[in-house]
Amino acid sequence: MSTLRLDSIRFLDWEPVSLEVEAGGKIGITGTSGSGKSLLLRAIADLDPHEGEAYLDDRARQSMPAPDWRRRVALLPSEAAWWYETVGEHFGGLDASCWEALGFGPETAKWTISRLSAGERQRLALLRMLEGQPEVLLLDEPTANLDVDSTNRVEALVSHYQTSTGAAVLWVSHDESQLRRTSEKVMRMEGRRLEAIQV
Amino acid sequence: MTAISLSTTDLALAALLILAMAGCSVLLQLHVGRKIIISATRLIIQLTLVGMVLKAVFEQNHFIWVGFIAMVMLLVAGWEMRARQKYKLAGWWGYGIGTLSIFISSFAVSAYGLICIIGADPWYEPRYAIPVLGMLLGNTMNGIALTVDRLTSAVWQQRSIIEQRLMLGQDSKTAIRAIARDSLRNGMIPIINAMAAAGIVSLPGMMTGQILAGAPPVEAVKYQIVIWLMIASGAGFGMMAALHFTAKRLFDERHRLRLDRIRATPG
Repeated sequence: MSTLRLDSIRFLDWEPVSLEVEAGGKIGITGTSGSGKSLLLRAIADLDPHEGEAYLDDRARQSMPAPDWRRRVALLPSEAAWWYETVGEHFGGLDASCWEALGFGPETAKWTISRLSAGERQRLALLRMLEGQPEVLLLDEPTANLDVDSTNRVEALVSHYQTSTGAAVLWVSHDESQLRRTSEKVMRMEGRRLEAIQV
Repeated sequence: MTAISLSTTDLALAALLILAMAGCSVLLQLHVGRKIIISATRLIIQLTLVGMVLKAVFEQNHFIWVGFIAMVMLLVAGWEMRARQKYKLAGWWGYGIGTLSIFISSFAVSAYGLICIIGADPWYEPRYAIPVLGMLLGNTMNGIALTVDRLTSAVWQQRSIIEQRLMLGQDSKTAIRAIARDSLRNGMIPIINAMAAAGIVSLPGMMTGQILAGAPPVEAVKYQIVIWLMIASGAGFGMMAALHFTAKRLFDERHRLRLDRIRATPG
């Protein structure tokens, strides 16, 4: 697994963001809604035009095709989208243990998308993303719509994935206490700049 | 055998019919009378002018004139196509891509038909070239307008799905494939329906015209078949070209969805 390094990522008129998330490391980003947290993640995933460069170890983002980059540096949006009729069609084929880790069973693959609750959708979206074995996870409010039980499952799955693969994680949440619980370092997006929070 | 020539009195009798119909609408307060009179007047003026222009062009029988008329038809078709879209590519892209696609398909297929199939001498003889090109332009324009309109509005509405696909590492072609397929189907449906119903539900206009003008029905049918096959393939090529160029413009080289390149028309 690789270290994610941001070199003066700059979107709209925000101040440039430079940051390093080591392999296996976890950084939390908090801030009010509209502060630009999501825009930062979108810029890192190269979904919007912006300035600056990102690296996985020494490999520059520009040096690889954008789809390759996004498979390695995967973004989970706050509301994931689905396009097929059933859950299973969105997956390549998972073994039972993966389903169970998030409280699902193999029969989940046959469920129709419209039947899912917001929480189920979000957990399945996380599972769908992890199936691609990304090296960096960019999580945008992954537990905003979830109850306590689901939130714990999501946090556990992310930790499990991290310890078993050594992936780096950037976790965006408006809930600072959650970030303090899950992350080694917490930063805040405020006034168009990203600052470390002194603990 | 030629068609019976229509006198001014005959035209006046037809006008009487539309006036009667407009009168009825006024009496019943249906509020369409004015619109019908205006559009009927436009029809009469526009077609009279076209008749005079065509008469002059047929007499000249010169390539320059045919080419000039063809260019005017093309530019108007391109403009008309863009005007029908709710979500347009910003700047000149929408007009350029539409006009280019109409040009590639209808001009190439018309030239092929005139040279290889009809074999008029010279191949650009206006009596053949202008009606053939006109029919191809009209249908190609409709098809491309339907296709591109569906593509841009579906991309606008389903942007979260397209971006989700991109986030999962799909390239732009894969992310937009389902929408592109659906858009092409949308553009082709009127043509497929018209071909399937031709002769049973409706008698195609060109064939009817030729029969009225005194052509043997079997000859008229042969022309109609050739024209429809040209229309279907020309419109298909045009739609594919328009889809390709429009889809390309909707993404950039880093496979980002660029909705900032689309303008929504109010209303």
